This record gives sequence, structure tokens and C-alpha cells, in this order.
Amino acid sequence: MSEETTRKDVGTPETPEVPETKSASTFRLVATLAVAGALAGLLIVMVNQHTKPIIDEYKAEQLRIAVYEVLPDVERYNTYYLVDDSLSLTLPEGAKESDYKRVYVGYDTLGEIKGVAISRGESGFQDVVMVIFGFDPATGKLTGMKVLDSKETPGLGDKIFKDQVFVDQFFAGPETPLVGVKIGAGKGKPNEIDTITGATISSKVVIDIINHGLEEWGPILDKGIPQESTQ
Amino acid sequence: MRKTTASQDFIRGIWEENPVLIQMLGLCPALAVTNSVANALAMSAATFFVICCSSVLVSSCKRFIPKEVRISAYILVIATFVTLADMLLQAYAPVQHKELGAFIALIVVNCMILGRQEAFSAKNNVYRSLLDAIGTGIGFTIALVMMGGFREILGTGSFLEFSLFGPNFEPWVIMVLPAGGFLTLGFILLAMGFFEQRKKAKQAQTAEASS
Repeated sequence: MSEETTRKDVGTPETPEVPETKSASTFRLVATLAVAGALAGLLIVMVNQHTKPIIDEYKAEQLRIAVYEVLPDVERYNTYYLVDDSLSLTLPEGAKESDYKRVYVGYDTLGEIKGVAISRGESGFQDVVMVIFGFDPATGKLTGMKVLDSKETPGLGDKIFKDQVFVDQFFAGPETPLVGVKIGAGKGKPNEIDTITGATISSKVVIDIINHGLEEWGPILDKGIPQESTQ
Repeated sequence: MRKTTASQDFIRGIWEENPVLIQMLGLCPALAVTNSVANALAMSAATFFVICCSSVLVSSCKRFIPKEVRISAYILVIATFVTLADMLLQAYAPVQHKELGAFIALIVVNCMILGRQEAFSAKNNVYRSLLDAIGTGIGFTIALVMMGGFREILGTGSFLEFSLFGPNFEPWVIMVLPAGGFLTLGFILLAMGFFEQRKKAKQAQTAEASS
């Protein structure tokens, strides 16, 4: 086929329009979409059942790495679950792990408690932002913060984990509760965090998560962290 | 009535009607996630999967879809496959999934995919629709990888995270920022327009000479 004829063929509808048929009944329209929706749901559930364990395993691994990141002085850690308002290393018989809130208590080589890590999610600008942060229960100072999951606007809100200057503030040992201030508007107090220009809401969410997490867990942790069972 | 051959259906999407560079469809992912080759490839793979599956399903079910609800049905089909792609990427390529973030979900509204369903799959058989989808998917991949390559090489001095220029290279950071995406796309389109014009001028010349 010559160049000329080939070029004529492009950019045009390939085949004739769908022949005009009698318009379908309302029932048929609804039924078609309902059946299609049901099939779509079924397919998604099937794939989800296959991928969920893999995703969960990866998340658990990421969490383990994150705990050590936000608790820099820690040698190992234990997971404590909140069972009936007190901390416990074990769950009641037959309980589902995901139903219980938890904290990660980190120890140094001598077995002294060096920090506590809490992961918590709250609604951000788009979707729930999951943050893990570590603090030293003895001094109340933060030891680190890491965003585990967020769908914040790429280029703006995602600076809460991409902007190293912002992230580093949480590792510099600020006192709690944190206060978010605009850059330059701070008074040099030890609990101030400079928010990100253009991502004020996202930055405030991170600060709120940490403050609310401490409010919620403070009284529980004050009651004392139970001793590890000697192994 | 114009008929096209199977190979034309396949080739068309790759170059002559390249979705990004000629039709200017799917520009959002083309600009947003092409700051590295790896991201461009992951995005292309997800889009490729969605467009192929959607085209096959739409063309095989076209008899059962009343025309009044066809767009909703196409969107439903596309959204289903996007959700599947999202879950599969999260399971098997978690790093890329995190990097691409919300843009995977936004494949649903990529008008390139909906456009192919409405313009082609709804009127052609499964085989042709699959060829068309594969061609369009490859065209999309070429465009994205081209942009990702330019931006990664200039912006970070590497290709697929393999350093090209050694430690003395000063990265051209603007290229990996959003502005770099617009610049890259602009220059690529400029170059394409330039060559297209030259080709036309040459054709006109030969036509004149022969007449």
C-alpha cells in the first residue's frame, strides 16, 4: 500500500456506527449496570484476597523498620496491646490482632526503656495520613517521626515526608505538645514546629496526630509499662 | 466505509496516533509521574494492563450493553481494572506504588482509555480491540519513558537509578520538578512538529518535481 493511501486511513472512525436500535427499557439499563457492578465487586474481592496477605506482610516489615527509625537509641522493642485499659504483651484468647490498639516499647542493651513508638492515623487533606512517632517517656521529648501512609497532594502535601527540613525537626528532640507555626513566626520555643509553606493543612495533621496520640496514651503509659516476662 | 488492516490497528496507536504526543490524551500522568524512568515504567505497565483488559472486556460484552448506559459501563469496567492494578502493584511493587500514590487511582479518568473504548472497542471485535489497545499502550509507554528518560538523565544524572555522569555532575533539579515535565513535553512536541513540517515540505517538493 502506498504512503498516500495509508495516511488517508488514520484519524477516522474505523467502522460504521453501531446500528440504531430500539432504546432499551429502564429495567434493562438498571439490570445491566447492577450485574456489571456485582461482577466487578466479585473480581475485586477475589484479587484482594490474594494480594492482602502480601501487602500486610510488607506493611509489617515496613513498620518494624519504621519503629527502629523513630526510636534511634533502641536495641530491640516489644509490642504492647491495650487490653481493658492496661498494657499487655499478649492478647486475650481468640482475639483478632487488628482490633487492638498498640504501642511499641523500645529498650536499650541493658533492658532500660528508651522510648515508646505510637502509630496513628487521622484525616489529612485527601485521605487518612498514617504516622508513626517515637518519644522518650522520661522526658516527653520526641525522638522521631515517619509518615507510613499518605495520599497527600504530590508536590505539596507530600512534603510532610519528602521535605527533609520539616522531617528533621521531629528528630531534633522537640518538647511536647507540639505547636505548629509559620516559618519565621516562631518564638524559638522548644515545642515549635515550622509548618510547610503551601502544605499547612498536611503539616498540621502530622502535628495533631502526635499531640492527640500523646494525649490518648499519656495517662495509660503513666500507669507504668508492665515488666517483660523473663525469658 | 473505511477498513483498516490488523497491523494498522496495531501500529496506529504506537506512532501515527500516539495518545500522548499526537492526540494529547493522558497528559496528567505523562506530566506528573515521569520524574524517573522507573515511575514512568510502572505507570505505563498499570495503564497498559487496564487498557488491554478493558478493551477485551468492552469489545466482548458490547452486545449486552445498552447504548444509554454504555459510558457508565465503560467507566465501571475501567475502574474495576484500575482497582485490580492498584492492589497488584501494592503487593508486588510497593516502592513504585508509594511513589505513584494517587496517580494509580487516577488512571480511571485517563480519557485515553475511555476514548479507545468508545471509539474502537465498542465497534470492533475482540482481536482488533486487543491489537488497538496494545498499540495504544505501547505508544503511551514510549511517550512516558521518553519523558522519564529526559527528566531523569538531566534532573538526577542517572538512568534507571544507574549513575551516568559520575559524581561531578550538577543535577538540573528543575527537570524532576513539575515544571520540568511541562518543559520536556513542550520540547518533545516542538521537535516532533519540526520534523513533521520538514517531512511535509520534502513531500511537497518531490510531488512538485514529479509533476
